[in-house]
Amino acid sequence: MSARPAPSGFPTLLHKEVLRFWKVSFQTVAAPILTTLLYLVVFGHALAAHVQAFPGVPYMQFLIPGLAMMAMLQNAFANSSSSLIQSKVTGNIVFILLPPISAAEIFAAYLLASMVRGLVVGIGVFAATLWIVPMPVPNPLWVLAFAMVGCGLLGTMGIIAGIWSEKFDQLAAFQSFLVMPLTFLAGVFYSIHSLPPFWQAVSRLNPFFYAIDGFRYGFFGQSDVPPVQSLAIASAAFAALSWVTLLLLRRGYKLRH
Amino acid sequence: MTAVEVRGVEKRFGAVRALAGISLTVEQGEFFGLLGPNGAGKTTLICALGGLTVPDAGTLCVMGHDVARDFRQARRAVGIVPQEIVFDPFFTVRETLELQSGYFGLRDNRAWIDELLDRLALAPKASANMRSLSGGMKRRVMVAQALVHRPAVIVLDEPTAGVDVELRQTLWSFVRGLNEAGHTIVLTTHYLEEAQQLCSRIAMMRQGRIVALDSTANLLASFSGRVLRVKLARGELPRDLAAEAIAEPGGWWRLAVEDMGHVERAFARLREAGAEVANLEVTEPELEEVFVKIMRREEARTP
Repeated sequence: MSARPAPSGFPTLLHKEVLRFWKVSFQTVAAPILTTLLYLVVFGHALAAHVQAFPGVPYMQFLIPGLAMMAMLQNAFANSSSSLIQSKVTGNIVFILLPPISAAEIFAAYLLASMVRGLVVGIGVFAATLWIVPMPVPNPLWVLAFAMVGCGLLGTMGIIAGIWSEKFDQLAAFQSFLVMPLTFLAGVFYSIHSLPPFWQAVSRLNPFFYAIDGFRYGFFGQSDVPPVQSLAIASAAFAALSWVTLLLLRRGYKLRH
Repeated sequence: MTAVEVRGVEKRFGAVRALAGISLTVEQGEFFGLLGPNGAGKTTLICALGGLTVPDAGTLCVMGHDVARDFRQARRAVGIVPQEIVFDPFFTVRETLELQSGYFGLRDNRAWIDELLDRLALAPKASANMRSLSGGMKRRVMVAQALVHRPAVIVLDEPTAGVDVELRQTLWSFVRGLNEAGHTIVLTTHYLEEAQQLCSRIAMMRQGRIVALDSTANLLASFSGRVLRVKLARGELPRDLAAEAIAEPGGWWRLAVEDMGHVERAFARLREAGAEVANLEVTEPELEEVFVKIMRREEARTP
């Protein structure tokens, strides 16, 4: 036996998780891009006259980063959560629990695959909207940073939801009663400055808001909250949820009975 | 070296004591049988060995590696074939085996995967999606999955449940070959004749405890009496005899008998009940008699 540590199962698990959504990319990538375009066309026209966005920014343009981020967040969540719940319900999760893969490696593989799906969907949305409304990208590093943190945050939430849920309807409840309200109320369609003070304060409790607001800063150089503050808050939420997820995985919560 | 070492393992699921203090060792190269009725705790014990279940107390080691503290080495040393047929419908047979190799850190495992496919008669289905396979084939893929990393210890949890005769034969000759090549085998099954033929040593479990643990030969020898096999031409086996008898295919009944007086009494009961014997023989006990006797003894002890 060699003293050299044996190679890890992590790259294969990551590869498998990416392959899993890529094999059905029509449903996991193309469909959310189409949905986002429909949102853009319908809401872009319907709300343009009513919503006050950033000064000097046409509403259609304002809307694109928010919608793109919404699609990214939802798909990052869907990736890890649906993979875990499917493996649990069908029982094939044993093939991941039996090999020598640590809790941290399982976490990293599911998280990164979720981020890849979120980013692929995001790139797809921008590629598709380029023909409708060209987008300036003056601060690409902010765009990238918020895309990563946003997808990471939701990928982690997806792992927690996948671990916690025992049935598909429990996962659906998580999605309908937590993820959807938080994304819709995160300022996808409006600037929170257009809200009454109470709702502005409520919005500031929502970590998704910072992900979307900071992401938008990358495109327009304007935001409701300074981007450094947004990045700090979104990253802190991501770190806290990651810590919880690792703890659950180490304990084998609802996985190793 | 000890292949499997289980010490004082306890596990509770709510009010149910699935494992009530299990200790046993399996030596390297053994073909070890784990028998017991449903709910005896066999699967829980196997899950604990693979880290799928975390015991409340006690320790488990595989090839000297603690399954909790040294989980990487312990899991490299054991290959478990789960009882339920499970598969990932996203992948083909070959992809399934390549992924499973990768999980064990094996990047280029093609030669061994080809050999496994060949020996388990799966080669023609290598490119087929898992979904399209019959139950028996899925079962064989699960066996291959458990063996991708060439584990020293192979654990099969009821691998022949609901499997046709031909596949059972193929599977057993394959597993025998692995045992002859030096792999330690731990097997649970409800087919006691299989256990008798294959296992060199057997543990019998009931209600989370080990109630018998010995070599197969000793267990058979411990059964002092003989077995009376009868086939009736007319009438039915009286209820008191039926309660002690084991039904065999073809209308035969197996009755454990201590001595000739016992045989006499059995015939007297048959005559009283108006039953007519078509055929009979006195034969050696089989593992099933030993199993039934031990389980009845335990039942009487712990109602």
